Amino acid sequence: MSDIVVIIHKEWADMIRNRIVFSMLVLVPLIMTAIPVVMLYVAGSASATPSDLDQLRPMLSSNPVFAGMDPQEALQATLGSNLLILFLLMPLIVPITISAYSIVGEKLTRSLEPLLATPISTQQLMCGKSLAAALPGIGMTWLGYAVFLLAARLFAVSDRVFNVFVDPMWLVAMFVLVPLLTIMADEVGLIVSSRVDDPRAAQQLAALVVLPVIVLFLGALLGCILLNALTFLAAAAVVAMADVGLVYLGTALFQRETILTRWR
Amino acid sequence: MIEVSGLTKDFRGNGHVVRAVEDLTLEVHEGEVFGFLGPNGAGKSTTVRMLASLIAPTRGTATINGLRLGVNDAQIRAQIGILTEAPGLYERLSARANLEIFARLYHVAEVDGQVAKYLRLMDLWHKRDAEAGTLSKGMKQRLAIARALLHEPAVLFLDEPTGGLDPEGAKTVRECVSSLRCEGRTIFLCTHNLDEAERLCDRIGVLRQRLIAVDTPEALRRKLFGRQTAIDAAKLTPAGLERLRALPFVRHVEVRPNGDHGSHLTVNLRDPVAENPAVVRVLVDQGAEVRYVTEVRHSLEDVYLNLMHEPAGTVQ
Repeated sequence: MSDIVVIIHKEWADMIRNRIVFSMLVLVPLIMTAIPVVMLYVAGSASATPSDLDQLRPMLSSNPVFAGMDPQEALQATLGSNLLILFLLMPLIVPITISAYSIVGEKLTRSLEPLLATPISTQQLMCGKSLAAALPGIGMTWLGYAVFLLAARLFAVSDRVFNVFVDPMWLVAMFVLVPLLTIMADEVGLIVSSRVDDPRAAQQLAALVVLPVIVLFLGALLGCILLNALTFLAAAAVVAMADVGLVYLGTALFQRETILTRWR
Repeated sequence: MIEVSGLTKDFRGNGHVVRAVEDLTLEVHEGEVFGFLGPNGAGKSTTVRMLASLIAPTRGTATINGLRLGVNDAQIRAQIGILTEAPGLYERLSARANLEIFARLYHVAEVDGQVAKYLRLMDLWHKRDAEAGTLSKGMKQRLAIARALLHEPAVLFLDEPTGGLDPEGAKTVRECVSSLRCEGRTIFLCTHNLDEAERLCDRIGVLRQRLIAVDTPEALRRKLFGRQTAIDAAKLTPAGLERLRALPFVRHVEVRPNGDHGSHLTVNLRDPVAENPAVVRVLVDQGAEVRYVTEVRHSLEDVYLNLMHEPAGTVQ
């Protein structure tokens, strides 16, 4: 365990001093938190009309959490609820920023060989690097969600609107799906990072992992996918299975010999 | 300390098999500095990586400090120190942080004390809080050596420790290796620098995919060139030269003109100390004026270049 902690500390210390990576880590969550907060405020201060309610009716009728809301509440609740999906993108983007650079970065600086020459096992190394990427992803997302809830407490036009954002559906999403998505993203990042020799290629390839969540986001916006606790639990089950496979794959694909002898 | 038998490494890629190291057999004794010489691509770094259990051999066996390669890899890595070809430091972290990370990974009992000890020993204490990326090449190399020593390994692999350093930096690193030798550590030193090998190494091995020679530098000289005496003489006559060649212990005589009426002779002998007086006597008896007599000492570079142009075969 102590070796894993050493790797986590090392990754974080290096990451904090890497201006590009660190600014990405701060800016992305900041923007992704600011957008729903601002929109929530705007939706709360703009006056909604019954015709707005008519436009939102298909979405409102599909989900019982919106039942009995007036136009103003419905507008703010649906907008806020849809934008909460950004908090499912955050645990993908933040870890990828770290993990996609994690191994390829060490290849470039030639620091991987001395590291691999220590008694640390591949599993410990991968676990350390994985956690170093996952923990900020989870932490930033939860922090962003907390800030959003605080803003919702201030800007929500009623308790009914606020309650939509702490519905079990979102609690499942935040506390079950988010950690699982984070693991998925950082494992994909590590796998790509251990197979390519260019950090930009690693970032771009690993970024493809956000596609499923974008599909979910668009599906929810267009009313094709019904978001509820069950949907998120089902998604969590699928992601959990993918995570197990990716963890094994990540360790199996991390070939010390290939890494040391094929990359110059 | 290090026993290697039939170690072979093949790399596969794009349908080709490239043999990097072939049938390497050697022993490095405890407390010995063993120099590993060879041209680029000879397999030196591959050998070090195999012995440091970073990559697996295709064939053959090796034990390091009694631990079997491929069986006790993690224990081997815990007991050896390695200076890789590139320092491979975490350039954004301080010199001290770099060492602390590795001290922890090697499970050093007293991290702070050990880190401070090696920062001082490598004359880097004043740079302890400087980012590794801001250090000079020589300082980075010393920091990398310190990193390899933190856990007090019994065996140390140094891959080109003075590569790319200016003369002053190289001298400091050489002094450092020299002091490690005095501590009785077993050192496996890969180098292109023949002067460095000559000065530091007890024995050397010359690799060109296969080990083509292994012995002390002096023994290799004798094996390749025999022992030679250089004589500068004047008034050397053909008869005198004939008498010299007729001596039973003289293997070969080479004569070159050397200034006015002078000649420079190179005489191959079995035992110059015992045979030089007879050689000089013969020359003087035949009227030659001997100006000086000295033993020819071939450089390690001569030995190396000679070996590189030899057909494959091991000079033991």
